[in-house]
Amino acid sequence: MNKTLNQRAWLFVIPVFVLVAFNAAVPLMTVVNYSFQETFGSNVFAWEGTRWFKEILHSERFHASLGRQVIFTFIILLIQLPLGIGIALTMPKKGWGVPVCLILMSMPLLIPWNVVGAMWNIFALPDIGFLGNSLNSLGFDYNFTQQSGDAWFTTILMDVWHWTSLVVLLSYAGLNSIQPAYYQAAEIDGASRWDIFRYIELPKMKKVLTLAILLRFMDSFMIYTEPFVLTGGGPGNATNFLSLDLVKMALGQFDLGPAAAMSLIYFLIVLLICWIFYTIMMKDEGRT
Amino acid sequence: MKKIKWLVPTVYIIFLMLPIYWLLNMSFKTTTEIINVYSLWPKDFTLENYVTIFTDSTWYMGYVNSITYTVFNTLISVSAALPAAYAFSRYKFLGDKHLFFWLLTNRMAPPAVFALPFFQFYSSVNLFDTHIAIALSHCLFNIPLAVWILEGFMSAVPKELDETAYVDGYSFGRFFFKIFIPTIAAGIGITMFFCFMFSWVELLLAKTLTATVAKPIAAIMTRTSSTSGYELGLLAAAGSLTIIPGAVVIYFVRNYIAKGFAMGRV
Repeated sequence: MNKTLNQRAWLFVIPVFVLVAFNAAVPLMTVVNYSFQETFGSNVFAWEGTRWFKEILHSERFHASLGRQVIFTFIILLIQLPLGIGIALTMPKKGWGVPVCLILMSMPLLIPWNVVGAMWNIFALPDIGFLGNSLNSLGFDYNFTQQSGDAWFTTILMDVWHWTSLVVLLSYAGLNSIQPAYYQAAEIDGASRWDIFRYIELPKMKKVLTLAILLRFMDSFMIYTEPFVLTGGGPGNATNFLSLDLVKMALGQFDLGPAAAMSLIYFLIVLLICWIFYTIMMKDEGRT
Repeated sequence: MKKIKWLVPTVYIIFLMLPIYWLLNMSFKTTTEIINVYSLWPKDFTLENYVTIFTDSTWYMGYVNSITYTVFNTLISVSAALPAAYAFSRYKFLGDKHLFFWLLTNRMAPPAVFALPFFQFYSSVNLFDTHIAIALSHCLFNIPLAVWILEGFMSAVPKELDETAYVDGYSFGRFFFKIFIPTIAAGIGITMFFCFMFSWVELLLAKTLTATVAKPIAAIMTRTSSTSGYELGLLAAAGSLTIIPGAVVIYFVRNYIAKGFAMGRV
């Protein structure tokens, strides 16, 4: 759509701008402020320059939790995107099945995150949980509170349970926007099922999939509450993801300076990846 | 191929329902039964856990608090995002693309990063422990999302609609409220659904910004852990109840969701 140039459109944006800036600017500046200082409690601060940033960037602890975070997000995207698209493709297009599917599939999205964690905790407990008990009686030696492999498996399964529906809903929306004429044309051309998916459905879903990938990337990269309740980062440090580590440092040890510096590095990583992805997707949009 | 097609959603839905069933199952058991007996359904059926929650005001006020700030937040987010999304979908203006991306960046800040500064900031403006504080703080991630979704829906409405209305002598305000908003009602429904959802499920900020008066239910649930271990039955009952508001919202917006998805712009 060709848009007209109108500087007064800013007036429409002001409420949003004020509300978001109110929430973003002051806390962000506070974090920036802390990140360059050492605190001695009771509001005594000393200038530390870039010391915290250098320390964090060279600390093994940060590398380890960042590594875990990257692997986790990568696995999550690798499972949830194909699975979500696949389920959306097989969902009914009309009839009573549509509301039933939509309502039941949205359920996990509407459960508070710590309830999700608690729920999966009691679901996966090796003695009294359905998942843990079933796996053990099938002969697997499963205990997510003791073995790090099991803890990873449970955390990933929980996230798949929790968030795949978001990808399903968005893909379903994208699929529904395709006019029947496209399918008819494909049929006349004798296109295979794969061709239809590759050349009609996938391009038409591009916009919603961009949103789905961005949302899933951001939220899985910033995951905090669910693993905190489920595993608490354990056993040992096995599932100690970046945000868990950050909160341990900020609130547990009250190291405000290093925690603030780590926050900023964390934020910049998310920002950079999203910006690269967003720019690539939007550039393609402009060309076609 | 046709025959197995229904199988995939069915298996997926069963997978989704299993942990929810387990939670419900536990909520009707006593904590002793949960710990000592493994059973697929309650042997010693009890409503005691629910009675505890509904008779203790510190428990049920948690639900009231959570619903209050979630509704506030949904209303603030959607009403602020409507004009902004209109501007983004219809006009070019100085810095529009940068502003749009800047809005999205706020969705990218880990709430864990902001928890402490938020606490200090809202304390200093005397909003600590109020519903409005949580509602405002949740705007940080809900407004960008609302703008993004609404912009998609609005761009799908042809611009001729606006122009025809102006030719017919409508003022901007009358056009916006009488014609434009009803046209994208389904989009607004979906946006409200997403705002409600993200505000309802968020805990970290809600917990950080409250002490007693506005404490959300999800934070009150941590009370079930004591020195004698977890009161699992009570925890399960409280958890089960948090599913209800979400289910009610889905029920009400289900037609909008179907319609909005048919418009195909999320």
